[in-house]
This record gives sequence, C-alpha cells and structure tokens, in this order.
Amino acid sequence: MKTKTFSIGGIHISKHKSSAQIPVEELALPDIVHIPVKQHIGTPAKIKVKIGDKVKVGTLLAEADGIISANVFSSISGEVKKIEEINDGKGWLVTVITIEREGDEFEPYMDLSDDLMTDISDDKEALRQVIRSAGIVGMGGAGFPTAVKTSIPEGKKADTLIINGIECEPYLTADSRLMEEKAEQIIIGVRILNKILGIQNAIIAIDENKPRAIAKLTQITKRYVGVNVRVCKSIYPQGGEKQLINTITEREVPSGMLPIDVGCVVQNVATVYAIYEAVQKHIPLFRRILTVSGDMNDNPRNYLVRVGTPISFVLKQNKVDMEKVGKVIIGGPMMGQTIAALDAPVTKMTSGIILLSKETSDKPESTSCIRCGKCVDACPMGLMPLNIRQAVNENNKEELRLLHVQDCVQCGSCSFVCPAKIPLLDFCKIGKFELSRK
Amino acid sequence: MVSAILFNILILSGLAVLAAIVLYWASQKFAVQESPLVGQIYEILPHANCGACGRAGCQDFASICANASAEEFQNLNCPVGGRKVMEKIATLKGVQAGEAERKCAVLRCNGSCQNAPDKVVYTGMKSCRAAHSVMSGRSGCPNGCLRMGDCVQVCQYGALSLDKETGLPVVDYKKCTSCGACVKRCPRGLFEIRPIQENMQVYVACRNQQKGAVARKNCKVACIACGKCRQINDTISIENNLSYIPPSISAPEEGEKLAASCPVKAIHFRQNMIEGD
Repeated sequence: MKTKTFSIGGIHISKHKSSAQIPVEELALPDIVHIPVKQHIGTPAKIKVKIGDKVKVGTLLAEADGIISANVFSSISGEVKKIEEINDGKGWLVTVITIEREGDEFEPYMDLSDDLMTDISDDKEALRQVIRSAGIVGMGGAGFPTAVKTSIPEGKKADTLIINGIECEPYLTADSRLMEEKAEQIIIGVRILNKILGIQNAIIAIDENKPRAIAKLTQITKRYVGVNVRVCKSIYPQGGEKQLINTITEREVPSGMLPIDVGCVVQNVATVYAIYEAVQKHIPLFRRILTVSGDMNDNPRNYLVRVGTPISFVLKQNKVDMEKVGKVIIGGPMMGQTIAALDAPVTKMTSGIILLSKETSDKPESTSCIRCGKCVDACPMGLMPLNIRQAVNENNKEELRLLHVQDCVQCGSCSFVCPAKIPLLDFCKIGKFELSRK
Repeated sequence: MVSAILFNILILSGLAVLAAIVLYWASQKFAVQESPLVGQIYEILPHANCGACGRAGCQDFASICANASAEEFQNLNCPVGGRKVMEKIATLKGVQAGEAERKCAVLRCNGSCQNAPDKVVYTGMKSCRAAHSVMSGRSGCPNGCLRMGDCVQVCQYGALSLDKETGLPVVDYKKCTSCGACVKRCPRGLFEIRPIQENMQVYVACRNQQKGAVARKNCKVACIACGKCRQINDTISIENNLSYIPPSISAPEEGEKLAASCPVKAIHFRQNMIEGD
C-alpha cells in the first residue's frame, strides 16, 4: 500500500513504542481523586455538588457553563470531601473536587456490558445533545469540546470526516492499543459522527508503524461501506490536525482559519470511542487510556485510568523508581509539558505519562546559529524559525507578524533538528506571547 | 570611433543637465518649510528614541515642542532628559518649563531567593518569557518575579541589574529614566512607573492575587490583603486579595506609617533615593 504524507516539513524521530504490544489494563482504584472542573478549552464547569454529598461513578459533578465548556462527571463512588485549589503540575492553581472513595458503585443508567450496540436510533440533534451532556472533549490533547466541533457553523459545509489514529508522538501507544482492542466500537462511533455531520464517508488515518491496528481496522471496515483506512507515512508531526488534512485531502488550512473552512472535521480515535460509549452505552467520559512509558521506565504499560487519579498514584502502581527519573512529562515527549508536582490529577486530555532519565532531560548548551536552514526544512507550517528568533531578539513585532509566528503549532521540530541546539520553539512561543499581549 | 564616444558623452551630459533642472525645480516646488526650532530642539534631546514621552521618537517630540503654545508646553516632558533638558528647550522657546515630577520604575515583587525559595528546577531557556509559558514560577507564586533578567536585557540605560544574592532585578534610581521598556517586557507586568515624591516612594511590593494563606506558603513577604494599610488611608484599594497604593498617596506624609503598619513587610518605603539631585 502506498503511504502518504503532508507536503512541507516534518522530521523523522525514533518512535520508542515499547508498550505497543501490551494490552490495556484497568488501573487499581485510587483512594482519593481530584477532579478538575476545567478539563477542556473554554469556561470552567459550574460545580453542582456540595461538600459531604455522596456520589457514584457517573454522577454529574459540574455542569457546562456556556457553549464552549463541558460537563464533568465523578469517576469513583464516595463522598465529596473538599472543593479546593491544587497545583496542576505546572504551578498554576486549578479548582478540583476531591472525592474519597467508598467501594465502586456505578450510576444505574450506564450499560457496562461488553455487548456491541450497532444500531444508531437517535436523530442528529439528539446525538449531538448526548455528546454534549456526556462531557466529551478532544482527547488527543487539545481538549476542545466535541459537541462544538461537530456543530457546523452556518454557511459552511463539511465534506470529509477524518479520524486521527496517527499518534505520531514517541512512546505513546494508547490510541494504537485502543484501535486494536476496540476496533468495531470505533467504527460505530465513526457512523455516529457520519450521522451527525451528514457525511456518508469517513477516513481513518493510521501511521504505518501500527501494522496490527491497520490489519484489524481494514478487515472490519470491509463490512462498513464508506469507512476507509488510509495508511500514512511515519513522520512527525503527521498527527497534527492541519498536517493530517493536507495528507488526506491535499487541502491547506489557510492561516488563521479552521479545518471546517476547508470542509474537514478531524476527530481523534479516543474521542470517537468516547462518543460510542456515550451514545450506545450511556457512559459519560470519566476514564481514559493512557500510556506510562519513557526511557526511564522498564515497565511500560497502557492503563485505563479514572479521571482525577493523582499522577503519583499511577506511577506508584507502575512501580517507578523516582530516584532515577529526571523529568515527568504529561503527554508526549515532543509537545508534552514537564510537571513539577506529582499530585496533579489525570485529566480527560492526559494521553501519557513519560518518564525521562536525567541524561536525556538535560538541556544541551546552545551555540551560535550557522544559518543552515534545517529548521526551515523541518517546520511543517512552512515558517522560518531562525528568522523568528532574530525578530524576537530585536523585539520586532511587525516582523513577527510578517513571519506568521501565530501559525506555529508548537510541534518542536525546529528545536529537535537544530544542530546548534538553539531552543527555537521557545523563541516561537515568546513571539506568539509578544503578539498576543497588548 | 571618436565621434561615437563624443556622441555618447554629449547625450549623457545632456541628460545630466536635464535631470539637474528637474531636481532643482522639484526641490523648490516641494520644499517643506520646517521651523529651525525643531532642529535646534532635536539637538538638545537625548536621541534615545525610547518613546517614553508617548511620542514616536525624539524627532516627533521635537516638532511637538516647537509647535506647542506656552500653556501646552507646561505639560510636555522628556522623562529621559528630565528637567534640565526641558529647561533648555524652554529658554530656546522663551517660555516657562513645566513642573514635571520625576518618575522611576519600581519592581512590585520581593520574592527573592530568600523570601520565596525555589521549589522546582527549571532547566529551560534562560528567559522570563519562555519560563512564563511553561510554569507558574520557581517558587510556586504565579505572579512573582521569575528572576531571569529579561528586564535587564531590555533596559538601554543600564539602570537594571540582577542582584546576585536575592536574584531580583534592582533599579538604579539615578539611571532610571522611566522610559517604560521594562514595564512592556516583563511577562508578569511587575514593573510600574511611579513618581518620586521628595526623594521618597511608597508602594506594595507584591502582585500575588491568591488568598493570603496560599500566597504565604510560597513567599514570606506576600501581601495577604489584611487591610491594615487601608485603615491609615482609605484611598488604598484592596482587590483580588491584593492591596494597591495609588500614586496619589503622599510618600513623605504617610510612607513611614504605611510601611510600619504592614505585618508581612510587603509595603516598601524608600527614602533618599536620588542623593544630591
């Protein structure tokens, strides 16, 4: 099969997918969870419970406040102990609902059996309402409320539905395991999206380094007309939304515009699976699959984790020797962020916990720019990071605007390839910051 | 052969004469009548082009000074050159210079290495703005100084330097021209341009908006919004768990009292700031 890729930039990185063959296992339940009220982009959800309330798994804790917001559900059963502000790992304080566990009781409305539900009975608007009330957000890492993404603004038309199963970040295997284990469910989720968007077809894009997921999904999609698997070249950042649209449709999302402006809707496979669970099984989003891996981890695993579980608890279950760890990263090692407080909770957007050794996490000394242009070749958005660095040093906002620093997707390819080890991504971030402030 | 060369020379000379005539005519026709005063004033100005006066640069400020009436001139001030420069311009114009008060930048944070010890190891790029994008702060304070000196780099008068012991930037009041470059650069907006009143200044050296108990966990000198300073002067505002002393409050009259009233020593009272000025 011929593989495709996006037209500009991209880098080859070692994928380290050491946990790709390890089945997803359910993590032991923590005694205490901290469930943040903001696990998405937008306004924080409004708290609906009081201290002392008894909750079950699936009880609504906080309600979406406004259009761009999402419901938050309890992930364990027990008593609400505190509504407090804790460190989110990066030092910012976030409001969390702290629940102490008693047993493991589920709300009765959920269907927890393994039976496959293939019939989609609801109509378009009802389906969208279910997605909205189940608190589903983009689970690839951005956390944009899915209900908003699936409502197409007036005057615009979607013609392509792309399901993102690329997972181009090193170490992460959560999506790849999900595609292998829940292939049929994902296809039904795709069908639900088809119905909501009024599109007949869908393309499931998978990285060529996931042969088992490709085989499994290709075999199943034979039975579903209109759903196709497309194998994409293993190159970073293939999984970026704009890059993926370019790969599949050869369209380019113009600067400052959204995928819907070129008729595309992109959804992550984990989000699609959450949609299946919400619509067919009435299970709201209170758990997710995440990968615990990294070069400091001899025990790479894929866990099904309840939202709100402290990261320190996940690491303890994974028997990590914290003495040797230099850095704990939430998300993938390319775009993820280092955290400093391990009591931070797992959220709907946490796709992995990566542990790096002290040697790998040390920043190399940077030397002078030799203007080799490797960063320009690598940038998937066609920007010129070396010139952006110059403009940041001169604090030239006009130049930054001309260099389109706002289009930077912060994939980190420029910093990765730079032979002088200049932290170019940091300069791009400063450039974006300078343009965004008054 | 010779005739060809001669021919070329003649054509080119003809063109040159023609161009000279056109240029002379254009220079007469489109000449801009500029007051010689602008040039003279521009010569007096410091040529820093920093924009602290609120104008595009020194040339722009010079033309505004030249065209200003005696009354308007009272309100004009070059913060860099200060009173001396304005008086020179005033004598040139034959008017009276305004009584512009001297201002300088102050750092509204006292989260030094001692008061707010590091809790995390930051290994990234040594720039406050880069650090600001990935974390709340080395000490945990989300509003405090990141102590990496972006402000020191941007100050073109050398008025800022990082104190080796505290890690915080220190303002040299003699050199500070209140141009405001540090105010624009600091990602946390910690600098403020405040007037110097009779060589004295009083301000709250904290921007933390967390509740007192939370703020104190990270920093010993964080404002806890207890309201004691407000009992002395009720124009002091307390919003978002943070007290703010407006510049209208007189430092010589109330500065000492205010500083003494603060239980966490977040109010700074400076005296004898610019000796011999």
